[in-house]
Amino acid sequence: MTDNGATPLLEFRGINTHYGAVHILKDVDLAIYPGELVCLLGGNASGKSTTLKTLLGMVTPTTGEVVLDGEVVNDKPTSYRVERGVTMVPENRRLFKRLTVKENLELGAYLRNDRDGIEADLERIYDMFPRVKERLGQKSGTLSGGEQQMVAMGRALMARPRVLLMDEPSMGLAPALVQTNFELIQQIHQAGVAIFMVEQNANMALSIADRGWVLQTGRVVLDDTADALLANPDLRASYLGEA
Amino acid sequence: MRVRHAPRTRVDWFLTFLRFSLTALVTVGLLAFIGQQIDPDNFFARAVNDDASRLSWESIKDLVVSGLSQGAMYGLIALGYSMVYGVLGFINFAHGEVFMVGAMTGMITSNKLADGGLWESNFVLAILIAIIVSVLCSTMTAVLMERVAYRPLRGSPRLIPLITSIGVSFFIQYTSALLLGPGAKSYPQLPDWLRDDIPWLGIEGKKIVVLVVAAVSMAGLWYLVERTKTGKAMRAVAEDKEIASLMGIDVDRTIVTTFAVGGAMAGVAGILWGILFGSVTEFTGFLPGIKAFSAAVVGGIGNLGGAMAGGLTLGSSESLAPQMVLEPLGVTGHTQLKDAVAFLVLIFVLLVKPTGLFGERLSSEDRA
Repeated sequence: MTDNGATPLLEFRGINTHYGAVHILKDVDLAIYPGELVCLLGGNASGKSTTLKTLLGMVTPTTGEVVLDGEVVNDKPTSYRVERGVTMVPENRRLFKRLTVKENLELGAYLRNDRDGIEADLERIYDMFPRVKERLGQKSGTLSGGEQQMVAMGRALMARPRVLLMDEPSMGLAPALVQTNFELIQQIHQAGVAIFMVEQNANMALSIADRGWVLQTGRVVLDDTADALLANPDLRASYLGEA
Repeated sequence: MRVRHAPRTRVDWFLTFLRFSLTALVTVGLLAFIGQQIDPDNFFARAVNDDASRLSWESIKDLVVSGLSQGAMYGLIALGYSMVYGVLGFINFAHGEVFMVGAMTGMITSNKLADGGLWESNFVLAILIAIIVSVLCSTMTAVLMERVAYRPLRGSPRLIPLITSIGVSFFIQYTSALLLGPGAKSYPQLPDWLRDDIPWLGIEGKKIVVLVVAAVSMAGLWYLVERTKTGKAMRAVAEDKEIASLMGIDVDRTIVTTFAVGGAMAGVAGILWGILFGSVTEFTGFLPGIKAFSAAVVGGIGNLGGAMAGGLTLGSSESLAPQMVLEPLGVTGHTQLKDAVAFLVLIFVLLVKPTGLFGERLSSEDRA
């Protein structure tokens, strides 16, 4: 659903990254438009995490430009990008386990100062995840995996993101929860937040995404609509486990 | 979940032996003490110590109050060790020196105020000024230390900042000697109402002041850490720096805040030292620093309530144990064994509960 002419919200232009001498991302171009749900597929060590870290400014590209809302943000810190609407739900949730659920949610809104807005957003998250509301005072480390996932999403939403980066949302969750999780992602998407999802579970990801890329050893090898990718024989062979 | 035990080695047997013998010694000592309190001539007390005699309740009360006031001071210093360990995972051995700087600048300020006459005319105002100056100087020392000595080492193996901190410690000690001259320097004399016993309590006024100031500082710190946005950021950084920065928290600034708050607590402790003991040398930071570090470990390092509890435990043990355990056991020169007792408590707690009184098992993720 790339509407040509619109400005991408977040963009990679010819990105190359290195860890020491190791070349990770190779000439990667990506563009995420407002309100889309896109996914980046790839196996282990294909450069998926590096892509996310580069988008957030935790890794600086050696060449190329990271563009946020038409502005080159290569040398801007993570906090600058978070303030402008980029937030991530990290792999394995990574909640602050010794902090309460409420504190975790409040930390999501760390850069915001609009008290009323924060309160309103908290209420919205309680509506979305009633189970979270029951556990507000509890240390988040004591929650079940599914509940932690809700808190992690809630925490990210508290930053009022325009694009939500999701790192392996199906990782480490029971199959039933993976399903719920993807429903939550769709729900957030329908609320108008663009979603950039990095996944190994290609079937699940493509079933809800508009478009997708396939990353292989740091290079984008496929770039197409989700339906086309699902039908692509190469992809079926290598990622969907079909001979 | 069943925990599988590794086969016991000789070291394990040795540790078990230590645990039992220490426990036995403390138990026998305490029983003998109870014996002598009931009747110094009773068979058991005499058998353990020929010279058993009863300790007056008055002196027991004095020991408890001294122990608690000194323990509160250790606790305040211990907070700094614990907080820095919490966010950076290394022991800042120069923290004792931050405390010394507080005691030194408190000494300078209060002497100036005594010269000006304010110390005598309005002691409360004078001591408040001295506290503020000490706290500011200690805070600045701690912040500068982080900026100059530790930040450039961020990301290097943990042993390196640890060794650096020992160097920083020497640097501050000898800088102080260079600037102010070596040797002991006295605080001006405290007003009578602080040196005398408070009538209906029978406790020296200065000890009450120490306990009150320590309690107020602790409450302030608790509020900061548990109830403010800054405190939330500190706890988040202590747990997971990467995710904290993902929330938009400035990790470097939060680390500086941690050093500053720890430094402020050490500054308060410095002034309290001056009030309790009346003099300070450039080496004043060493022993209380090491003991406060032990207190932090006894309470469970990284845990703020634990640091305070550890301080009180250590302070009261080193004050009480010589009279209540060592003397009934017939140990000679027991009053000089105060420092040894403090470290024995450390060893004992680590033998019985290696994570400290309130310690949780630390996650391996951040501090392998």
